[in-house]
Amino acid sequence: MTAASTTTRCYNLGPLRQVPPGEGRVFRVGRSSVAVFRARDGKAYATQALCPHRAGPLADGIIGAGKVVCPLHGEKFDLVTGQSLGNRCPPLEIYPALVDDGGDIIVSLPNHQR
Amino acid sequence: MQNKRRLVVIGNGMAGGRLVEEVLARGGGGLFEIVVFGDDPDGNYNRILLSGVLAGTNQPQDILINAPTWYAEKGVKLHSGVRVGWIDRLARKIYAPGEIVEPYDTLVIATGSTPIVPSIKGLYGDLGSFREGIHVFRTLGDCEGIIRCAANGRRAAVIGGGLQGLEAACGLMSRGLEVHVVHLTSHLMETQVDPTAGAMLQRALEQRGVQIHLEKATATVLGDDRVSGLAFEDGSTLGCDLVVIAAGTRPSVDLAKQAGLTVQRGIVVHDDLSCRNDPDICAIGDCAEHRGRTFGLVGPAWEQARVLADRLTGANPQATYRESKVSTRLKVMGVDLTLIGDSDSCREGDEVVTYIEPSRGVYVKLIVREGLLAGATLLGDGLLSPRLLQIFRRGQPVPQSRAELLFPVTEDAGSPNLADLPADAHVCNCNGVSKGAIMEAVKAGHRTLKGLCEATRAGTGCGSCKPQVKALLELASEGTLADDPTVQYYVPGVPMTKRKLVMAVKEKELRSVSAVLEALGGGTDDPDSKAALASLLRTVWGEEYEDERDARHINDRVHANIQKDGTFSVVPRIYGGVATPTQLRRIADVAERYQVPMVKITGGQRIALLGIPKEELPAVWRDLGMPSGHAYTKAFRTCKTCVGADFCRYGLGDSLTLGVKIERRLQGIESPHKMKLACSGCPRNCAEATTKDVGAVAVEGGKWEVFVGGSAGSRVRKGDILCVAQSHDEVLNYVRRFIQYYRENAKYQERTYDFVERIGIQELRRLLVEDAEGICDGLDAEITAIADVYADPWQEADAPVHPNQFAGVLAGVE
Repeated sequence: MTAASTTTRCYNLGPLRQVPPGEGRVFRVGRSSVAVFRARDGKAYATQALCPHRAGPLADGIIGAGKVVCPLHGEKFDLVTGQSLGNRCPPLEIYPALVDDGGDIIVSLPNHQR
Repeated sequence: MQNKRRLVVIGNGMAGGRLVEEVLARGGGGLFEIVVFGDDPDGNYNRILLSGVLAGTNQPQDILINAPTWYAEKGVKLHSGVRVGWIDRLARKIYAPGEIVEPYDTLVIATGSTPIVPSIKGLYGDLGSFREGIHVFRTLGDCEGIIRCAANGRRAAVIGGGLQGLEAACGLMSRGLEVHVVHLTSHLMETQVDPTAGAMLQRALEQRGVQIHLEKATATVLGDDRVSGLAFEDGSTLGCDLVVIAAGTRPSVDLAKQAGLTVQRGIVVHDDLSCRNDPDICAIGDCAEHRGRTFGLVGPAWEQARVLADRLTGANPQATYRESKVSTRLKVMGVDLTLIGDSDSCREGDEVVTYIEPSRGVYVKLIVREGLLAGATLLGDGLLSPRLLQIFRRGQPVPQSRAELLFPVTEDAGSPNLADLPADAHVCNCNGVSKGAIMEAVKAGHRTLKGLCEATRAGTGCGSCKPQVKALLELASEGTLADDPTVQYYVPGVPMTKRKLVMAVKEKELRSVSAVLEALGGGTDDPDSKAALASLLRTVWGEEYEDERDARHINDRVHANIQKDGTFSVVPRIYGGVATPTQLRRIADVAERYQVPMVKITGGQRIALLGIPKEELPAVWRDLGMPSGHAYTKAFRTCKTCVGADFCRYGLGDSLTLGVKIERRLQGIESPHKMKLACSGCPRNCAEATTKDVGAVAVEGGKWEVFVGGSAGSRVRKGDILCVAQSHDEVLNYVRRFIQYYRENAKYQERTYDFVERIGIQELRRLLVEDAEGICDGLDAEITAIADVYADPWQEADAPVHPNQFAGVLAGVE
């Protein structure tokens, strides 16, 4: 949060049901992509789309207990803090996500993400 | 929290400290209010490494196992530096100085052992303690006293030429002192090695400058206020300014004796480790006597700690302690002595194998009893010891040619020359992890294989270096290996072995991964457990399995193998590697139509189309019109064949027809790991069937040899012959039966070659060929039922389980 000009924008990505329970999908937001996960308990999470290790598609990973495991080499990350777990990867970019009353996914991205 | 039972442990050493760890590891923190008494003010440290502290290779802080803060964090009350006064068994209370009273429901005595001090004149000063310059060698305090004294000393005498005395002697040598070992009998370590080994050990030590005096009984320590030497019973003397007494130890049983517990040499315990006359009191470690034996070794103490923790926490209420397979090692100043099990033949029919190479100081003696290794003495050749230890501990049969034990003819997985590797040598070639990085991680506290692999990433690629990582862990931790019960678990998120898990799943009728995690995994949706549970439930429930796609790896969600760039490979099934021109034409058409970046003939005699985006998978499959080759999942993959009898002029059997039959019958059957099969039509073995998970090779007389557990991947292993079959159908039967047994009993991601080694080919023959347990009919019926309901997963092209099953990037916001 050093750049005072950084602003956050919220995006409605549409209905949560686009993502099967317990899985993730990639959504395009402007020119960038975001991995969105739908946990079995109904919570939504959003992170950068590619794994910092070797650019694996995180949305294809197995999730659970607030973590995601990259499908390529098993790198594991905390979906809330973005910290890598048990490996030396840099952390993930995490974007606040929620499901609104209408069942739509709302993701907040820093403006530069566009 | 008032209902917690009170568990009091007297002793915070190798046994007591470990017990607390083991109890906590089994969830004992929720069951017990734990109180620990430790009279050693230095707390819980690794006594094995004291010789390293003495030698200066370890710092005292390095050998600490659990600091006082650890106890506080775990909610364990520690009375450090407090010596228990007495046990009131009637009131079930422990009394200690400082008005400490601790009631107990269960009491564990782990008071260890005390140095034996021979009756020698001149040992004690006016205050009744040792005079300046005289030490025993048991605790960190003793060790620090010796080091202080050695700083100003010139000549040291060690009384006792046993393991500990020699360790002390070498420690003092490396501190620059002139060292003399004074020993009572006619050869060193006489209770553990024979005279020949004793003499060779003596020579090795003498070459390194240790002076050894045999058959010397010390009568008096000379000197007025300062120690000036020893006088022996034969009238001779030896000048010295430091005396270390290392004349053995005896179990510390005074407290138990006062409490009226049955004590012989040690505190007498049953197989359940409870005291003979008080079931609420248990004893473990050096102070316990089990079936007439006491130990002064860490191995049995830790085994007892495990058993007792199993019992106390209810993790396994039936656990009992049997005899330990003991081994010990003296490794000082380049002298390497390993002692395993019995030191000499002691039963009728024992076979003694010796090998002596005087110039190198190598002496090896093996005791073989009923085809098993009952004991070994290894001096000067440390390279052999890991392998022999493994054979001994696992009770593996000794090769018919005993010499193979000494001069292994096959490459050994845990290559023992790891110790000689330079620090920058790569151990894990997948992740580029060096030996140095692994050793450092162990030093930094990663003392379980799992923790070490996670921390360094070693072994997390193809996994073939895991034995080496494990060996390095053992090497670097020098006996401080933490016991990690989780390695026995089928998945990290459910604390059960596969067998227990299957029982619980059946009993509670848990048919989905989420149901299992909810009921048995504490409700935690553990991502590291899901795929393995899905695999297991599929095997247990078959058609009744409740599929949850999120529990699968992406490969199994979209039936294709993910590539490094996030695209997928498509490998259609080509039965037995025999293709028709139409199929080839269709594959070529698809490759062109979808601009497939690479078309590759695979090692499994099929054709792979690589670089296909996820969203194109359904269309590619549809256009191919061929079934899935399952080249992306833990399942039956292929059955490779040679041309066989039809065209080949050497062919003895029709391997091609057999291969196709096998492939048609077993296609898509899921298993703990992938299975690659092959059939060869003659012993020239062009299909390489002997290095496949399962293979069949035609031999003269219309017969087939059935091999299991072969591998030519990250490891090379020739399969073992399960049986010789008389016909195609018989081969198919044995193949199916073996695969079903593997499905039911292997750990997740355990390849057949590890599985076959773990179970043993003899046992597999007994179970699957002789049907000694009557399980064959059941196995045959199970696998038939599974094979009968086989459905091609690529049919999901037209019936996706979710509208976005194969979705690529979803349009969110433009």
